[in-house]
Amino acid sequence: MTQLVSNQPKISSKAMGQQWLGRWESSFNELANALRSQLQPQEQFTLRLVAETSQFTRFNRGKVRQTGSVRDGELRLSWIIGQKTSDRALPFTTENETDWPTLLQAIAELRQEVPQLPDDPYLVVPSGAATSRDVHTGELLAEAEVVGTLLPEVDGLDFAGLYAGGRSIRAYADSAGQQHWFETDSFSLDYSLFTETAQAVKGIFAGSDWNTDAYRRQLAESKDLLALMAQPPKSIERGQYRTYLAPAAMADLLDMFSWGGVSEAAIRRGGSAFGLMSRGEKQLSPRFTLTENFMRGGVPRFNSLGEVAPRQLPIIETGQLANSLVSSRTAKEYDIASNYAVSDESMRAPELSSGQLAPADILQALDTGLYLSNLHYLNWSDRPQGRITGMTRYACFWVENGKIVAPIENLRFDESLYRCFGNCLIDLTNRVEFIPRVGTYGNRELGGIWTPGALVEAFTYTL
Amino acid sequence: MICAYCNPVSTAGCINLFFVVPMIDQLTAALSSVDLDADWIGIRAVTETVTRRSLRDGLPQSNSRSTTRGAMVEVMVQGQMGYSATNLLTLAGLTAAAQQAYQNAIAASPWRIFESTPTVRPSVVGEYISPQQKPFDALSAAEINDLLARICKGLKVSDQIVQTTASAITTETETWFVSSNGSEVHQKFLLLGTHFSATAQDGAVVQPRSQNGLLAHSYQGGWELFPDPALWERVNRIGEQAVELLTAEDCPTLATTLVLAPDQMMLQIHESIGHPLELDRILGDERNYAGGSFVQPEDFGNLTYGSPLMNVTFDPTVSGELASYGFDDTGAPASREYLIQSGVLQRGLGSLESQARLGVSGVACARATAWNRPPIDRMANINLEPGDCTFDELIADIEHGVFMETNRSWSIDDQRYKFQFGCEYAKLIENGKLTKTLRNPNYRATTPEFWKSLAAVGDRDTWQIYGTPFCGKGEPNQLIRVGHAAPVCVFQPVEVFGGAA
Repeated sequence: MTQLVSNQPKISSKAMGQQWLGRWESSFNELANALRSQLQPQEQFTLRLVAETSQFTRFNRGKVRQTGSVRDGELRLSWIIGQKTSDRALPFTTENETDWPTLLQAIAELRQEVPQLPDDPYLVVPSGAATSRDVHTGELLAEAEVVGTLLPEVDGLDFAGLYAGGRSIRAYADSAGQQHWFETDSFSLDYSLFTETAQAVKGIFAGSDWNTDAYRRQLAESKDLLALMAQPPKSIERGQYRTYLAPAAMADLLDMFSWGGVSEAAIRRGGSAFGLMSRGEKQLSPRFTLTENFMRGGVPRFNSLGEVAPRQLPIIETGQLANSLVSSRTAKEYDIASNYAVSDESMRAPELSSGQLAPADILQALDTGLYLSNLHYLNWSDRPQGRITGMTRYACFWVENGKIVAPIENLRFDESLYRCFGNCLIDLTNRVEFIPRVGTYGNRELGGIWTPGALVEAFTYTL
Repeated sequence: MICAYCNPVSTAGCINLFFVVPMIDQLTAALSSVDLDADWIGIRAVTETVTRRSLRDGLPQSNSRSTTRGAMVEVMVQGQMGYSATNLLTLAGLTAAAQQAYQNAIAASPWRIFESTPTVRPSVVGEYISPQQKPFDALSAAEINDLLARICKGLKVSDQIVQTTASAITTETETWFVSSNGSEVHQKFLLLGTHFSATAQDGAVVQPRSQNGLLAHSYQGGWELFPDPALWERVNRIGEQAVELLTAEDCPTLATTLVLAPDQMMLQIHESIGHPLELDRILGDERNYAGGSFVQPEDFGNLTYGSPLMNVTFDPTVSGELASYGFDDTGAPASREYLIQSGVLQRGLGSLESQARLGVSGVACARATAWNRPPIDRMANINLEPGDCTFDELIADIEHGVFMETNRSWSIDDQRYKFQFGCEYAKLIENGKLTKTLRNPNYRATTPEFWKSLAAVGDRDTWQIYGTPFCGKGEPNQLIRVGHAAPVCVFQPVEVFGGAA
């Protein structure tokens, strides 16, 4: 049995954050190796790690509402005995004298529990020899500098939002010897600016290297947009309108594809809006090409089995379903090929291909209709038919004869993706933009969506 | 307290004595060893063990147990609160967190949105423990898997059922809260959530049906709640109704009388009463994420929110409801309060901090999803109080209408005004009787108009308690558990409609 004894000297609290960061990888590797030495015949395991340090500062009315730091790590151990398996998720503190006994306790429990469980016929055991190490070091603002750097630039503005920054780890090891380490520094400032009448614009400033000049430039663009919001909002009757969906709005619609869309398991079991496409009953516009594209980096390519996804995988090619996302578990159940999707078969690196429309021509091409910067609270209203409902939000405008007339009172839409991305899709802009994922449920999300804007005919508004 | 993290097979042993001391004493020791010139310091430690077992089509999908433990240290200095959270529950880990929290507060203090004082963290000593008769270890992993497999089998009433699922989740959460002004709170929550569903398909027609919506059967308690005597009848009915929906007519498009079952009232209360009454939304804290509210500060005590039949409580005292508790995560003692009485708005969902900032009354609702997130204004149990009509009386009075059950789709705007909700199952009401089954039932309205259209409220026999662990809000994001209890309610008229043509 491997002994894991930490001989770390006691260190001052000030140095502790840094010290902890330095120990992440070695602690994880030690635990993985120690687990390998525990294996008995018929036993296999996978071990995953999600860990991060985060600075979270929340703003309202250009001031600080809440501010704090979080250091967190979670190990997820899947223990396999023959054709049966169970998981344990446990804290990862980097102090192996704490974490190793916890893991040993978990193994003892698992050896009691797993034999009681029914066989899992679709269990995929770790195999292969993939290894990777991917480390991106950035230049983040020091924790004490965040407030003093951000807020003077929005002096006098009604500014609300969240700065979230720090280091993130995604790691994997298994009994077959596969090993992956992904480590990145990143930050995001997800913010809104409001007028006195509660009209608003939204922005996300994100990256790995803080750049105050770039922050100022982005704020200047937001302020220009805010000026357009000053006039009274126009109330729009329900009905169908020619509509421009800006990249942030498109990202919300494309996000729906990861929830009952591209998943092969969902398609097979009646839970997907792509069922119609899969059966060849419907297709999208030939202008619509969607790819799972890891070439731009930012997210790990390995999944919860240590498998590495292809660098690029076409999902929809010129309107036709080219590939659903297939995990190895689904592949085993239906006797088809895996494309090494994550277990929920969601998109990790979606990119919608650009079209012909130049950004400078958007208003003219829209002519008369609605310009939507953002959407809000999307849900399937009839999933098997691909119908999505949601709201307009933030800088959304009524446009007449190629000119912005006024911001609008928010509207509810209810529209099928087979219409708006099918016959009603007029064009996409000729430039894709990156819309970072800024979610922080449990941990800070990584990556984002690359998408152009879209001009569509007769988009349906219902309330 | 037994050292939970030592075990006979460990040769490394539990060399850290910190784990053998009761948590409250560890936290008190950490608090007394922190040497900071602060106005107030608090530590909230949380351990949580969640065991999830789920089957699909009678086969194991996952068996997992997650354990998380950590603490948040809050330090108030120069009128600003700073926090730091760590999963390193050692003296060194906690004192380092206190230092960091202090630094965070100092850095933000010149830019604070309001001046905090220790009155927002009252001194309190107390304990709360969930009711439970049959503990979580009363059923083995094998027994739970077997029960869930039998549920899947029971749901598959026909070859047209293309998927069945069944799952059970047990949660044991303990929180300890100590503070420099003498608070000592211990709370232990024991939660059981169960869910099952069947999906029926015939070509392009797909219809899901479930046990009152995703994990709506989430309660405080133990295995005394499940399996219950009515389980097998419910399993069979859900399978049969999924198949029945395949050939049902679509819900018609018209304005008519809408009757909602308690499992849809849960969502209706949550989205169009709970969220708009959150004081942090009204204060603007939440505007960049979940949104604001159509409710204004001056509306409390004045606004006619709905019809005089509408009585809504914040009630953390309902035994077994998912979000019952003794204290919120800042130590504020929780009590039952009317939010809306006879249709008139009385008070909001806001912590002591929000109440001080906005100058309106609130409730004990500063809650955090975990040790690593700060408390914010949340719902807990928000209930619509029963009226005096039996279910038969409610239906008998309706010439034409639609009775909808179980939420399937939900969407509302950022001011909590324009909503559209869809349900799994509906019945047409004709001349005082439930007649044909309808599929893809949806309805849309605006919040004030909708609650003013509340025309009748069912009695306590129609009143049912549900819960959900999935209320998302906050920056950084947090999911929280809420409970909602309601009777069957009648609204008229409301726009209803069906699925895509």
